[in-house]
Amino acid sequence: MTPALELLNVEAGYGPFRALFGVTISVPAGGAVALLGANGAGKTTVARVASGLLEPSAGSVLVDGRDLTGERTFRFARAGVAHAPEGRSVFATFTVEENLTLSFQRLLGSDGLDDGLERAYSIFPRLGERRRQVAGTLSGGEQRMLSMARVLVEAPSVLVADELSLGLAPIVTDEIYATLEAIRASGTAMLIVEQHVGHALALCEHVVLLDKGTVAWEGPADEAADVVVSRLFEKSGG
Amino acid sequence: MVLAAGTGTDVVRAILQGTPPGAVYALVALGFVLTYKTSGVFNLAFGAQAFVSAAMFFQARVEWGWSTVPALVLAVFVLAPLTGLLMERLIFRHLRTASAVSKLVVAIGLSVALPSLFETLTGFAGVAGRTPEGLVPDGATVFYDPLGVYPFSRDELVALGVAVVGMLGLGALFRFSSIGLAMRAVVESPRMTELAGIDADRVSSVAWMLSSFFAGMAGVLIAPRFNTLMAPDFFHLVVVAVAAAAIGRLVSLPRALIGGLGLGIFIALFRTFLPRWSADHPWLEPFQNNLTPSMPFVVLFGVLVLWPAIRRSPAAADPLSGVDPPPPSLVSATRSAVLTRAARVFGVCFLLLVGLTVWFRGDVVWVHLVTQATIMSLILLSVTVITGLAGQISLCQGTFAAIGALTVFQLADRWDVSVLAAALVGAVIAAVVGALLSIPVLRLGGIWLAIATLAFAFFFDAVMLKFSWVGGGDSALLQGHRVPRPVLGPWDLADDRRFLVLVVVVFALVSVFVIRIREGTTGLILRGLRGSEVAAESVGVSPARARMLAFAISAAIAGLGGGLLAIHQENVNYGNNFTPMAALFWVVLVVTLSARTVEGAAQAGAAFSLFNSVILRGDGIGWITRGHLPGFFPLSPKWRFVLFGLASIQFARHPEGLVEHGKRRATAGMDARLAARRERAEPGAASSTAQQDPPSPDPSKVAAVGKQP
Ligand SMILES: Nc1ncnc2c1ncn2[C@@H]1O[C@H](COP(=O)(O)OP(=O)(O)OP(=O)(O)O)[C@@H](O)[C@H]1O
Ligand SMILES: [Mg+2]
Repeated sequence: MTPALELLNVEAGYGPFRALFGVTISVPAGGAVALLGANGAGKTTVARVASGLLEPSAGSVLVDGRDLTGERTFRFARAGVAHAPEGRSVFATFTVEENLTLSFQRLLGSDGLDDGLERAYSIFPRLGERRRQVAGTLSGGEQRMLSMARVLVEAPSVLVADELSLGLAPIVTDEIYATLEAIRASGTAMLIVEQHVGHALALCEHVVLLDKGTVAWEGPADEAADVVVSRLFEKSGG
Repeated sequence: MVLAAGTGTDVVRAILQGTPPGAVYALVALGFVLTYKTSGVFNLAFGAQAFVSAAMFFQARVEWGWSTVPALVLAVFVLAPLTGLLMERLIFRHLRTASAVSKLVVAIGLSVALPSLFETLTGFAGVAGRTPEGLVPDGATVFYDPLGVYPFSRDELVALGVAVVGMLGLGALFRFSSIGLAMRAVVESPRMTELAGIDADRVSSVAWMLSSFFAGMAGVLIAPRFNTLMAPDFFHLVVVAVAAAAIGRLVSLPRALIGGLGLGIFIALFRTFLPRWSADHPWLEPFQNNLTPSMPFVVLFGVLVLWPAIRRSPAAADPLSGVDPPPPSLVSATRSAVLTRAARVFGVCFLLLVGLTVWFRGDVVWVHLVTQATIMSLILLSVTVITGLAGQISLCQGTFAAIGALTVFQLADRWDVSVLAAALVGAVIAAVVGALLSIPVLRLGGIWLAIATLAFAFFFDAVMLKFSWVGGGDSALLQGHRVPRPVLGPWDLADDRRFLVLVVVVFALVSVFVIRIREGTTGLILRGLRGSEVAAESVGVSPARARMLAFAISAAIAGLGGGLLAIHQENVNYGNNFTPMAALFWVVLVVTLSARTVEGAAQAGAAFSLFNSVILRGDGIGWITRGHLPGFFPLSPKWRFVLFGLASIQFARHPEGLVEHGKRRATAGMDARLAARRERAEPGAASSTAQQDPPSPDPSKVAAVGKQP
């Protein structure tokens, strides 16, 4: 079966700076891959390449077997890749509702829009309370909720999530992971970058460990815990 | 004051009278805000776009004899959106991440280039002394008076109607379709918009086409209000629109609309009541005649200076800007040793050669042209100081030069002061004006500084010039300001060659002065300010003082140059030399060639004065081929504006100047070889490669991992 998302020998960087050196990652259809690594290892860069935000300087990116290398970002989105970027990625001058509307309009059409909004508010009731508030004035956690709501409501074919629990209360994180499980069950493939290794390993069956822009180790999740601990401790010790 | 009977009626009449032009201002302001909101471009070329459509309409109606509807379709529904589309596709799409000031410079270049490009392509000649065609027959002569207070002309009603339809249409588009939301999204973050599956490029193309359509519509509607059809009038229009848009802080469409209407009504009220007040209070009289035409500039200047909130534009930063590579370091500040030396040697040799040729072989015309070029170089050095060194775009350098020129005229005319002394006095006065102006204006910074200086230039043009102690009164404005040539000791400088020598000496002295500033402490401070204001402040540099100094020096140089130009031409020639439009072209020239170097100013001065005759008229080619000119010569002098205007588009990519960029590239190879040789001589001296160390793992993360069982 063709993988939902495939990065083949990807090299990428920022201007003169090179961040990835021949990274190959494959997310099978309906599968979930956790991407772990130290700060600056290149996890966010992989996520950006996967969603078309960054064009790789070599190698290729395939979505559902279709080569999208070098295509514009919106083509990735239309091919079914949803990306929840790192940090406070909301339209700061838009209200909560406008933020959601912008994301849902294309997916749900104007008829399904209200329904989509309701679903978003039922996942995150806080957003419902603040639907008229300008997103830039939301708290950091609320902004994370908003950017998650944008990708969680309508299950995409591939979800790329970058540090999605960062800055969220444990309860909310648990809720998000419950939603992610539900989405997974509906067939969405996932590439998850996560600080909370526990959550990531519980959700994903496959783990890729990134180090200085290359894949240092990969394997099934149940073997990963030991490897991750030993590798990262080794490093800080040496 | 006792209100006369019927004041109420007068107020109503003034409001009615002000509404149609106000509606058109609102239309322009809407289009302007639309561009700014959807692309972050402060589109000063908006007036040029309006002109192009108005001229196209005129051309089709009058020259080609088309009827109204096809002419309107061609000018407003085809040409205007097409221009917008091309501007977006070819230029502004590639400048999304450029700074607001770079985009402004590009827009200025376009506002210089577009009208001339249109005129050369279509053979349209500016129409003077004839009221341009309106949309309806007898637009200016048939009146309707529905309320019995103010008779609307047909043109006015059409303008009002179209403006209302346009606004309602725009409102509906934003209210009922998703494109409005998408347009706003693209401004904030094109990348996040694309993540939502929306084609950001297409959205901004649509936005540009739409706003250009508004520009074209407004151009055709406003044209019958002028009695000429020339580009400067329309540039004026865009400044009015900026004033209206500023009231809405440049982002609010409804407020821009109210601002436009309000401005129209305000001006009409002013026109109605000021004459009465000044009948009671004679001291108001000079203002009555002078202030009315410049209301928009006064409003604009006042809004900018008195309303600090406008500068804190509510635009939010792109949350995905982390995807961009770090900006290149400020290359524009430094120049390699090889290039500096080569440029000096070559420059001096070249100048000597030209000087000798002109001195011994040149005829009257050539001596005249070279003198003109040298003086222009001097004036353009003022742009080098303010833009190249201080990194600010000032659009009122023409005004400073005019102050110098008019001082020479006034002092020589009234008190018989020697014109050379008067030129120095002019420089001082310009410096004082510059310093005073810098107090409210320099706090603004960036595009706001550019706009405030533009407003000041227009204010001087519309108001100050009319005072007899500035512009010399009506007779002088009509008959010109005669300025005599000076006598310096034994030399009578009425002789053109001797005057040329004087001018060259002055230019050399000022050049040395500018270089010393650039290399000295002030230059260092200014260079630091270009990098980061906060950083400079934190090491104890006062940005305000350094910038004020730069502004005053720049004004003084412009004033001195303006004075010399008047002496050279034996006339001030304000309308030819110093209008706000002329000054726009100066900035374009300097930033195109090389903004930081003296040689850049010299080239710009030469380009300004000689490009026309040497290149376009074909004298240069003719001289090489001994008189055998290819058939397409002489080219229209307008190509000057087109070429340099379009070339300034490169400013965003090469802020050091296009020619400068080329020169640096050419000498880069030699630099590298030199560096390699030096490294062989003393190994290890040069820094190693750009390879970065991998960051060590974050302890907090390790801890988080460690908690896992
Ligand atoms: N815009 C940029 N310009 C230059 N270098 C960048 C840029 N963004 C990231 N980098 C560099 O690329 C490397 C990989 O960065 P990346 O953001 O992918 O790391 P990460 O694994 O996501 O780290 P973290 O866990 O801190 O989020 C880092 O060394 C970083 O400094
Ligand atoms: Mg990251």
